[in-house]
Amino acid sequence: MSLITDLTRDAARRGLITAPGFIDLHAHLREPGFEESETIATGAHAALAGGFTTVCAMPNTEPAIDSAGLIAQLIARGEAATAARVLPIAAITRGRRGTELADLIELAAAGAVAFSDDGSPVADAQLLRSALEYARSAGRPILEHPQDLALSGGGVMHEGAVSARLGLAGMPAAAEESAIARDLALAKLTGGRMHLCHVSTAGGVELIRRAKAGGLAITAEVTPHHLALTDEWVAGSRAFAWEDDGPRAAPYDTATKVNPPLRTAADVRSCWAGLMDGTIDAIATDHAPHASIRKDVEYQEAAFGISAFETAVPLLLAGIAAGWGTWDRVVDALTRGPAAVLGIDLPAEDLIVIDPRASWAPDAASLRSLGKNTPLLGRGLVGRVVAAVVGGELRLDMALA
Amino acid sequence: MTWHRRHVLATDDWSRDEIEHVLRTTAAMAEVLGRPIRRTPALRGRTVILFFAESSTRTRVSFELAAKALSADVTNITASGSSVEKGETLLDTVRTLTALGGDVIVMRHAASGAPYFVAERTNAAVINAGDGWHAHPTQGLLDAYTLRAALGDLAGKRVVIVGDITHSRVARSDIDTLVPLGASVTLCGPPTLVPSAWRCGMAPRGTAYEPDLDRALTGADAVIALRLQKERQHSGLLPSIREYARTWGLTDERVARMRPDAPVLHPGPMNEGVEIAASVAHGARSLIESQVTNGVAVRMALLYLLAATPEAREPTAVDGSRTA
Repeated sequence: MSLITDLTRDAARRGLITAPGFIDLHAHLREPGFEESETIATGAHAALAGGFTTVCAMPNTEPAIDSAGLIAQLIARGEAATAARVLPIAAITRGRRGTELADLIELAAAGAVAFSDDGSPVADAQLLRSALEYARSAGRPILEHPQDLALSGGGVMHEGAVSARLGLAGMPAAAEESAIARDLALAKLTGGRMHLCHVSTAGGVELIRRAKAGGLAITAEVTPHHLALTDEWVAGSRAFAWEDDGPRAAPYDTATKVNPPLRTAADVRSCWAGLMDGTIDAIATDHAPHASIRKDVEYQEAAFGISAFETAVPLLLAGIAAGWGTWDRVVDALTRGPAAVLGIDLPAEDLIVIDPRASWAPDAASLRSLGKNTPLLGRGLVGRVVAAVVGGELRLDMALA
Repeated sequence: MTWHRRHVLATDDWSRDEIEHVLRTTAAMAEVLGRPIRRTPALRGRTVILFFAESSTRTRVSFELAAKALSADVTNITASGSSVEKGETLLDTVRTLTALGGDVIVMRHAASGAPYFVAERTNAAVINAGDGWHAHPTQGLLDAYTLRAALGDLAGKRVVIVGDITHSRVARSDIDTLVPLGASVTLCGPPTLVPSAWRCGMAPRGTAYEPDLDRALTGADAVIALRLQKERQHSGLLPSIREYARTWGLTDERVARMRPDAPVLHPGPMNEGVEIAASVAHGARSLIESQVTNGVAVRMALLYLLAATPEAREPTAVDGSRTA
């Protein structure tokens, strides 16, 4: 523990902040299958650079993580990276096809910390019901991606005034809200551990708030980008939700294309309110790196996703500086919140050090993730992770890097 | 004013002065088109590439005539004749177009925003000839020119746009061009084909939604009917084409609700008997043929403003700023 004690004392002396290592419930590390977008090693290093000492890898790889052998391989790759601790999430359905359940009990025994078909909802409610029952037996949560695919249709951004102006097909907030309503009903029916991924709408937050008030044991997460960016970013704005004015970029930047889509400033405000009052339990990045070939295309053709690990801390600090949230609550939602979702203890020997005054602008060369797909490239940010300890071992030290 | 734009992607961020400047230049070009020899050397030595990744005959031919009237060299890259249909990415196409060394790329593309993608990656000037549902700036400008010619100053005039607003780049560009010139725009059409935000208090500045065509037309100064894509019926947005035609189709009886002589426009190609009755399309109020003629002049004006050589801007050549 002396390393942690030393770092904490040194940080306090230099005006830096320390926090327990962050846990990311939701990240796409792309290996196996999409190694040009990210590997477990590059992803684990990028996570660490963002302050995440533990990262849960989503199973929407090729092949999908739906067997004990693939889980074992992922764990081994994660250990070999000696960066962030990598925890595997297994698919709910075989091959993520949404038609038959994967062997959930076996997958849990092999080390899967949760189950998810993220990227897609489990559209078949009966199948999701069975998954919740099984996951309950396995002692694991279901991380559900709430989206009504019929309503979101061919949408590529939030449906509203901005999509109308840009002539892009929209995904209405109702596509998320109606899916959340269904998921809450299934959680109530089964008593399973339902965790709602990347909640992005004011209506979704309100549904969860009411369900929790009614005693339903469900959990939910929000991403840093849904706590800061708005649909105006698709039209070229680079002003945060709390800013009236800001820098501008060209419209139709595919780095702004993400699912769920960037919503309105009112939605961002509601997500912060839900985070602050405990409706939302965790902040998760939904880190979704993509090789440039999948983003350097027409907006409607581009892949969904934002490379999000390394910009999480400055986005959250900006929201806090604007008065929309507090540091203590944010840290809680990055540590104890996600640990509780997973039912694990907070790793005692993890620590991160943040320089809250460091000014920087992300650029493609300095991002450790292979995915350079963030609309924050070149935008001035304040706050950066400068050191990280994982299991008592100093694995990130920006002073040395 | 001095022209400073390098591209024409949309008119949504144009000042009224810029729109007026293009309309003045268009008048000068219309004069050229009225000469016995419809040709001026302003773009001699310049190459205009027509890159149409979505089928279009009318707009492509209009640009081609415009470029040729200015003595530019014109090359066509159409969807069926290029690699776009063989799975080549837009990025590959842009690299090829840039390597070919055209001075102006005129592009039509099915994806909203595609011209921005190209403009950021090429040295050529880019003119958007229609991108997805987003914008068709030359159509907006030619409609403004046509309406100006018919109605004079558009200040205080009310123009109805009826049809499938959601999927219409023409509607967006008409709004973006007519509103800065002082007109107000009434949007009319089935609720499923008008963006919900525009029906719920977030309509663009200068516009309002009126679902009832009779009410929309009463006292209006002009109407622009949009082409109905028949596939909208199959995507569940329309009960039937027949019902659409009865409810939102322009008939003689309906257009008579407008002010006397209020004109009727349509960007073409028309579905006669659906969004517009044949008698209206070819009737006394119709400016549909003028739109086609004016389209060439507007496109000449933009090509000239973006690509004329400095020598061609000498007083002996066409000079739009002197023609009011």
